[in-house]
Amino acid sequence: MKPEIYEKSIDLASQKILKKAEEEGIETAWDRYEKQLPQCSFGQLGVCCRNCNMGPCRIDPFGEGAQKGICGATADIIVARNLLRTIAAGAAAHSDHARDAVLTFKKMSEGEAGSYRIKDEAKLLSLASEYGILSEGKSPKEVAFRLADTLLQEFGKQDGRLLCTRRVPESRLKLWAELGIEPRGIDREIVECMHRTHIGVDNNAVHILLQGLRTGLSDGWGGSMIATDVQDILFGVPQPRRSTVNLGVLSKDKVNVIVHGHEPILSEMIVEAAEDPELLKLAEEKGAAGINVAGICCTGNETLMRHGTPIAGNFLQQELAVITGAVEAMVVDVQCVMPSLGELTGCYHTKFISTSPKADFPNTIRMEFHEGRAYETAKEIVRTAVENFPNRVPEKVTIPEEKQECMIGFSAEAILSALGGSPDPLIEAIKGGAVWGIGAVVGCNNVKVTHNYGHVNLVKELIKNNVLVVTTGCNAIACAEAGLLLPEASELAGDGLKAVCRALGIPPVLHMGSCVDISRILVLSSVLANYLGVDISDLPAAGAAPEWMSEKAVSIGTYVVSSGVFTVLGTIPAVLGSQAVTSLLTGGLNSVVGASFAVEPDPLKAAELMLEHIDAKRKALGLDSQR
Amino acid sequence: MIYMKDVMIRPERCLGCRSCEIACAVAHSESKTLFSAVGEKPAPKKRICLEYVPDLGVSLPLTCRHCKDAPCVSVCPTKALHQDENASIVSYDQNRCVDCWNCSKVCSRFSTLYQLILVMGCWSSSMNYNRGLINRQAEAGIKCDLCEGRDMPACVEACPTHALIFTEANEV
Repeated sequence: MKPEIYEKSIDLASQKILKKAEEEGIETAWDRYEKQLPQCSFGQLGVCCRNCNMGPCRIDPFGEGAQKGICGATADIIVARNLLRTIAAGAAAHSDHARDAVLTFKKMSEGEAGSYRIKDEAKLLSLASEYGILSEGKSPKEVAFRLADTLLQEFGKQDGRLLCTRRVPESRLKLWAELGIEPRGIDREIVECMHRTHIGVDNNAVHILLQGLRTGLSDGWGGSMIATDVQDILFGVPQPRRSTVNLGVLSKDKVNVIVHGHEPILSEMIVEAAEDPELLKLAEEKGAAGINVAGICCTGNETLMRHGTPIAGNFLQQELAVITGAVEAMVVDVQCVMPSLGELTGCYHTKFISTSPKADFPNTIRMEFHEGRAYETAKEIVRTAVENFPNRVPEKVTIPEEKQECMIGFSAEAILSALGGSPDPLIEAIKGGAVWGIGAVVGCNNVKVTHNYGHVNLVKELIKNNVLVVTTGCNAIACAEAGLLLPEASELAGDGLKAVCRALGIPPVLHMGSCVDISRILVLSSVLANYLGVDISDLPAAGAAPEWMSEKAVSIGTYVVSSGVFTVLGTIPAVLGSQAVTSLLTGGLNSVVGASFAVEPDPLKAAELMLEHIDAKRKALGLDSQR
Repeated sequence: MIYMKDVMIRPERCLGCRSCEIACAVAHSESKTLFSAVGEKPAPKKRICLEYVPDLGVSLPLTCRHCKDAPCVSVCPTKALHQDENASIVSYDQNRCVDCWNCSKVCSRFSTLYQLILVMGCWSSSMNYNRGLINRQAEAGIKCDLCEGRDMPACVEACPTHALIFTEANEV
């Protein structure tokens, strides 16, 4: 049975465009999901193995049929191997993103990427000192060159652990060392995952999963963290500012350029090019009132955090943005870009422009991006969009009026500075119980969950119970659309959190950035743990990914749990075919890394699980634990 | 003639994914959901079986309803197929079978498969799979009940290539 539109999304703007799609006979992800149903049970349980060509093999979950693959692998082994490959793919995506950021940074320092400069010298110097690079008497570019070299070595490192792990509390580092899961080279862990899952290598589920934890850590405390740090130097550490979100940010009379994907390297240039007088003049000649850049997914979060560039939507709104009929160019880089956009943009006047040397899609205009001529490429892209403006068909345009103001830009640095430079006020608020704990809510959209329903309801329930929420990625956009990223949203918070938010002038939900910026949450949790002299797993904190779907989310979940934070997943990972793996992930890990996963699709029940965890941690710290 | 809906097999479309088997087991579980059914004790039993038929070079989803007044039983000249009246369970005695294939011609569910087997010209080995299934089910005391209480049998709903369809078949 076809679902009603309100079952697809809780967001009014999205519902309006879904209605338009139905009327125009346009297919969206929700329609394709219907056609996939029911989905393959072997796949859902994780018991299908395609790692060698004797297979594919699969295990009968009900015990009547095959219980081993041809090589003898049991359900436990197959599920663990598949999970390890998923983690490796997620870590690879984040870390390869980081590599490109560092390479751009290095080229900038060598004077080969003239469009880029050092935007945040303070962050450069503080990182240089952290990495033991002497900056006295050296120009910023010389310091940057040394730092870039040091960071690049982290990818191919052969000895010792990753340097970012120096930010981890001592007790946790010791634990990782004892378990043998200290992350080594960033690339090495990913390669080792592929090696271990080749036929006939690692065939012990627990042993396989330990490598999964290590690989996750090489993402969180390696690739992702380096990406965040370097992007902060190049484009600035985000500071609180205001902006607007949702499909209503698309302009009726301006040229609309959407930047979608995950990297800020190009989108930063596009934001700049959109203000180029030459292009603005061209836009005027073409009858447009200006050029409007709007983001989708984490490319959007990056420019939102640093420039306040509006955001048109999260993952499941990428097709909807095109269906408004008002988008002149959909400019994409990497990750979470639906190939369906190729056919879809063909139904409208929208130009679909792919820019990454790594990622092309059907029916795109290729405008490959290289650091050497970044600004020129950005200008060409914006020019293509402007020249496309006269092709907009007014009868096909519907821009929903819904747009929501939001306050964003809460980097770890910005949060500390909002607290007056020290974590002390936050710690005191936690001790006193005004702030009951900290909830980190992140992750994607997934058609298996009503769009934004999981995100918004989970976060609302947390703040109602005085849990201060930090958010990134598509959850952050969902919260912004629901008006939760405003200081005024503290009206929805419990009395304690409301008072804290009012005193500091901050929203009860703090937008910390893109999905690589979950590293900011790690840094913040380390700062708090170190300040209290405890491990991260002792903090009254919990994580959640209510609508996750990507392999990156699996890597994130793994490093968050390995760092000591209990995490609730809103959609079921493909592991239930193995009881051993399932019980390890949802229980056994507690005695290994002091945290585990839970799966709970109902956002209110998920919030309750997080609250119970926070209660228990408060009790262990000797704090008031009766809500 | 009474017309009623039944599960029909279109063997040329089957890719051997076993989705029908799992959906069937889940539909006959306590919880009726995959993720809970996996842990149930006793494990739920499927009523449809994917059998690989080497002579045809394909896999076939086979299932038997053990119909009341089963036509296959009534046309069997040697009583190789017989039915327990009370339990309405059909069973098969290989020693009595003379491979006349009358049973296959009258089984509405098997008829499309029968056509294929005729074209491929490989007789007995194929039919054995169906009879083997009938016997296994007789022993276990289970049969396809067309998923009582559902509009569409779970196996049909689960088949990604529509190798199983739920359609009107004429039954004597």
